[in-house]
Parts: sequence; C-alpha cells; structure tokens
Amino acid sequence: MPMKFFAFILLAMISGLVSAAEPASAGIPDTLEERIKPCIICHRDADLIDRDAYFPRIAGKPAGYLYNQLRNFRDGRRYYQPMAILLENMSDGYMREIAEYFASQPYAYLEPVAPALSPDETKSVETLMYSGDPERDLPACSACHGEKLMGLQPAIPGLLGLPHAYLAAQFGGWRNGGIMRGQIPDCMSEIAKKLTQEEVNALVQWLPGLPASGQSAGADALTPELAQRCRTILSGQEVAR
Amino acid sequence: MRNSSRAGFTREMLINPANEMKREAHETQRLRHINKIDEEVSTAQRSDSLVQSINQHFPSKWQIIAFVAGGLLSLIPMASAQTPADSDTEQVRRGEYLARAGNCMGCHTTRGGEPYAGGRKLNTPFGQFVTPNITPDNETGIGRWNSEDFWQALHYGKSKDGRYLYPAFPYTEYTKVTRLDADAIFAYLRSLPPVVQTNPPHKISSPYDNQFLLYLWRAQYFKEGVYQPDKSKSDEWNRGNYLVQGLGHCTACHTARNVLGASRDDKLSGGKIMGTHWYAPSLISPLEAGVGEWPIEDIVELLSTGINSHAVTSGPMATIVRQSLQHLSDYDLRSMAVYLKSLDEKRDNTPQKVRKMPEQVRQYVALGEKVYKEHCQNCHGESGQGVPGIYPPLAGNRNVTMRSPLNTIRNVLYGGYPPATAGNPRPYGMPPFQHFIRDPEIAHVVSYIRNAWGNIGSLVYPDDVDNSRGSEF
Repeated sequence: MPMKFFAFILLAMISGLVSAAEPASAGIPDTLEERIKPCIICHRDADLIDRDAYFPRIAGKPAGYLYNQLRNFRDGRRYYQPMAILLENMSDGYMREIAEYFASQPYAYLEPVAPALSPDETKSVETLMYSGDPERDLPACSACHGEKLMGLQPAIPGLLGLPHAYLAAQFGGWRNGGIMRGQIPDCMSEIAKKLTQEEVNALVQWLPGLPASGQSAGADALTPELAQRCRTILSGQEVAR
Repeated sequence: MRNSSRAGFTREMLINPANEMKREAHETQRLRHINKIDEEVSTAQRSDSLVQSINQHFPSKWQIIAFVAGGLLSLIPMASAQTPADSDTEQVRRGEYLARAGNCMGCHTTRGGEPYAGGRKLNTPFGQFVTPNITPDNETGIGRWNSEDFWQALHYGKSKDGRYLYPAFPYTEYTKVTRLDADAIFAYLRSLPPVVQTNPPHKISSPYDNQFLLYLWRAQYFKEGVYQPDKSKSDEWNRGNYLVQGLGHCTACHTARNVLGASRDDKLSGGKIMGTHWYAPSLISPLEAGVGEWPIEDIVELLSTGINSHAVTSGPMATIVRQSLQHLSDYDLRSMAVYLKSLDEKRDNTPQKVRKMPEQVRQYVALGEKVYKEHCQNCHGESGQGVPGIYPPLAGNRNVTMRSPLNTIRNVLYGGYPPATAGNPRPYGMPPFQHFIRDPEIAHVVSYIRNAWGNIGSLVYPDDVDNSRGSEF
C-alpha cells in the first residue's frame, strides 16, 4: 500500500501536479462546470439575464431541494417540458452531484424591484408571510421558508431572488395540481388552493421586492407540526400512489 | 470507457436460438431421468456441453427422491415443492435479463411509476393505447396467467381471454422469441411484487376497435413463428438477428409503417416513429445509421455507453440504451453488432460532387454560419470536428446530413444529455436553444451544418422547425 501511494505521488509530480480541471480531450475541461453547460444556458448569473426572465435562480438553493426537483422533473411528478427532456436519461447519482454543485455556487442576486402594491395589500401580504392565517389553517410562509425567506436545509427552497414570472407560474401550478402531481400530502398545493387570486398576485409582486441575502436556515428551525405536514418534501419520498 | 463485464453474464449463460432443438432433446432426456431415478443424472449433462451451458439444471437426486416419496406418501409434497429449486432461481435471473433485452419495462412503466405496472399511454393515429399492468397481481395484473397464456400473448398476439392484441404490443417481433425465453421472462414477471394498479382503458378510434378488422390485419401482416437460425451464418450473427429482429424488436421503430400501422418490411430501413416526433434512422443505409464501415468495437461502444467517437444517442435511442442495451452482455452486444454490420447496403462509392451552390442558397446557408459561430462553435469546433466521445463531430455526421432533418432540429430545440451509463456515467450535454434562437435562425444553422465542411443535405426552413416541435410528455 505505501509503495502504491508513493508511486502515485511520484506520478503526480512527474505529470506536473495536474490541476483538478485537467483537459479531458482537445481542451475540454473534465469538470462538472463543463458538463452543466445545458443548465446554465437558462440558469445563469443574474447579471447575465433579463429581469423579465422566467428561469429561477438555482445557485445557492438547498441541495436536497434541488435534487428532489431534478428527480421530480425526470420522473414526471413536476412538469416542465424542457427539464423533462434534458433529464430523461440521467442517473440519481449524477443528479445529486449536479444539485450539490449548484447549491454550493455563489450567485449574483437580482436587484429588488419595488412592488406596486397599496399599503393594505402590503400589510395583508406581510401578515401571511410572517403570521399566516390560523383560521384557514395557513402557516406563516416564514415558518417553513425561514425567517429570512432564504429556505431551510436541506429541502425547502428560498423565496427570494426569483423572477416574478416564475413565482406566478408556480402558484398557478400548485393551484391546478401541475406541480408535485400525486404527492400526498402536498403541502404547498393545499396552501396555494386556500389563497385567493388577489393574495397570490400580491405575494408574487411582494417577494421580488426584497433583497436576497444570507444562507438557508438550519433544519431545526422547523416545528415538528410543520415537519409532519411537509414530510413528503423533507424525506424526498417517492409519490404516494 | 466501458466496463467489460456488466451484470456478470457470460456467453455460456445465454441462450442461442440454435440450441432450441437441443433443448427439446434435453427435455425428453429429463423426463426419462425422472422416471428412472436410479440412473446417474449427470451423464446427460455431460453429453452436451451446449445444453449444459443453458443452465437447465436437473433436479438433484434428493429432490427427485423427495418428490417421488412425497407423491407416494402425500405427506410432504408441498414443503419440498415450495422451496425453489436452483433451476427456478436461474430461470428467473435469465428472465430478468431477457426482459431487459426486450425492454418490456420501457412500455410497461409510466414515467416515475412502479416498474411493470403499465399505464403508459402510446399515442398512435389509431387511438391511444394504454399499456397493461404485467405484475402478478390477480385483479389488475397478470396474476391469473400461466406460462401458456403468456406464450399465447407473446407468440400469437392473443390475450388470455382469446381476444386479439393490438400490434402496439410488438408481438409481430416477439413471435420470434423462443418458448424457453418466453417462459423465463414469464417466470421473472411472476417473481415481481404484485402491484395493484388499474390502468385506464385504451381509447381506440373507430373502426380500429373492431376485432374482425384486427383479424384481417393479422392475416395480412402477421407471420407467426419462432426465429429459425440460418445455418450458413455464425452463432453470433444468429444471436444478433434474434435480438435485433425478435426480442429487441428494433424493427418496431427502425422501419417505416404503412397507413395501417404495419411495418413496411423487416429491413430496418428507417422511418418516423409512430406517435413521436423522432425519426429512427435506417440501420442499413450508409447514408444514415448503417454500421457497415464501423469496427465491431465502435458499434458495441455506442450501444452500451450511448456514445462513441463518431456518434451520440439522443431521444428515444438514448432511452433504449439506458433502459435496455447498457445491461446486455458483451456477447449479446457483439452479436447485435455482427448482425447489424452484415446488413449494410452496398455503398455507392462514386463520391458525391459538392456542386457549386446557387448564389441564393449560398446566402441562405451563410446566415446559419453566423449563428453557428455564436452558439455552436465553442463545443463543436470551427470545422465541425467536435470532440470525439464528448461533443459529437458535425462534419461527416450522418445524423446531421441524413434525409430527415427532424432529429437534428430537435437536438437544437431541446438539447439533451446522452444516457448516464456505467461506461459514461457523467455525460456532457447539449443545451436547449428553444428559448434563445428563433425558428428562422434554427433553420439557418441546421441548413448550414448540413452543408458545411463537405456535408451535403437539403435546406431546412422555419416551417420544418415548427413541425418538429412536440413531445410525448
């Protein structure tokens, strides 16, 4: 064993202490960054994208969340054609690696856009966001997505730094059953269906108004009751059939 | 690039259809032995090494004695019968392998669904077919079927209730599968956990839902019969033919279908895949995906890893590699390669003249060059040389130049990754450009790559791009 180790060291020295990004062939680096070019054509840095873009930032989101979404797209539980086609023949292991890569990436945040909301609308959104509505069994958004709304490790996404169009589409999907099909319980779908259209419109304008900063909160920030309510998300379980 | 012994299958474990006659002889011997339990069982095994290789183990002497004694005493028969004999386990293992080779799961599983529980919808011009649950659940699956029922379906295209099956189930190819293999696949399906899943009924348009019409269709287009080996050809060639034309049912996609949905012939001459927006290239034409000029190793590499230095699989073929081909033994892949290589149509060796383009055409193609430089060149190279094994070369790439531009247009629109396989677990991919380049630009760039660097292909127009859209999910 030591012999092998020394031989390895020797070889590494001879070959010029190769960097991790050794070219695989003809100048193509053998890196994950090169391999995920198909992802970053859409999910690129905020400074390269149009403010009206649809695509969400994925850099810096919790790895478990990203991995679950990749599996959901591939396995038909979450529907978006471009993602389904790209992921069709991916393995779990490769998707896990890709999820961890994006989770660890720093990113340039979208600049906040001041929402065009009346003071009443703003107040009602803030109530939903930080207190919820016990009468309708609506928990505060911050109870799951973190006080700073930057998500919770390992599987709950942050809500900031996302384009308005994307947020609106996700609410539409949850209300119509187009996201997390067949997942039981499907906490976000239940919540979205209890919101009025006016509340949804206000939420998706209000969220892009906040500057994104900081990290996802730790998993212990979640109350046992909510952890139970969203157990399918947290466990990354397969669809309940 | 590839693991050389996947799944631990060796040539000896696999059935060559040429052994079928030997199997019959073997079965006869087996009966005789059960009648004469005093005889030394292994003599028959020694008598034919090929038969032995099939892994048809005789019951051990003790099992036979227990069986006979049990029969006589009527006391312990169940206990001994319920202990699966080695041969049963072996049969199930072989069945699992064969089910992979036939890619039963590909159709009998929905996206993300329970394996073999069916429910996948196949859209055809004749209506929507929904694949059945083939797990051994009594009510919703094939739990009440016996091996004869399964044989009726696979070989004759008849369901347990006697109804004719629609040829969306490729019994037109599966009919070539041997009884021994069919029984093994059935034994494997029986070994699966039963899944209770009721699938929606077919939605077949009138008049295609008429059984009499199906009877006529069968009379015209269905020829029942197990694959008959060609004695003048090698074992490998025969095995390859059996896999390509029979169990693997490559013909189901790689041959055009007529207006009644029947394969035009069994020549693998290419055609649009029914119900999808993909073109399955000809496997015999040197202008499409014929492999006459590829070394065997390159064919095996493409089939098992999804990529080689000339080509990369995409669309439905990438899925077939992931679901089925990457799990096949080296011997079987090699056999398929030997067979496919033998299909090559004679190439017309007179070099095609690159004619001078009319000025208008030159200008049209030049528009694509601009798009190419901006979006494609970074990976596929200045002269379309690509990076072999990573980014496919476009110069001389037949997928780019073949008659149908459909797949190339889709590759540009939707991008994609080759399958993640044991031999290529972390593939590089092609970005989807549908949100970034408009239809006219896609038409320009595809026209360009079809006519640059010595490539010759027809021009592509924005309408062609629009007509290539759509997917089954």
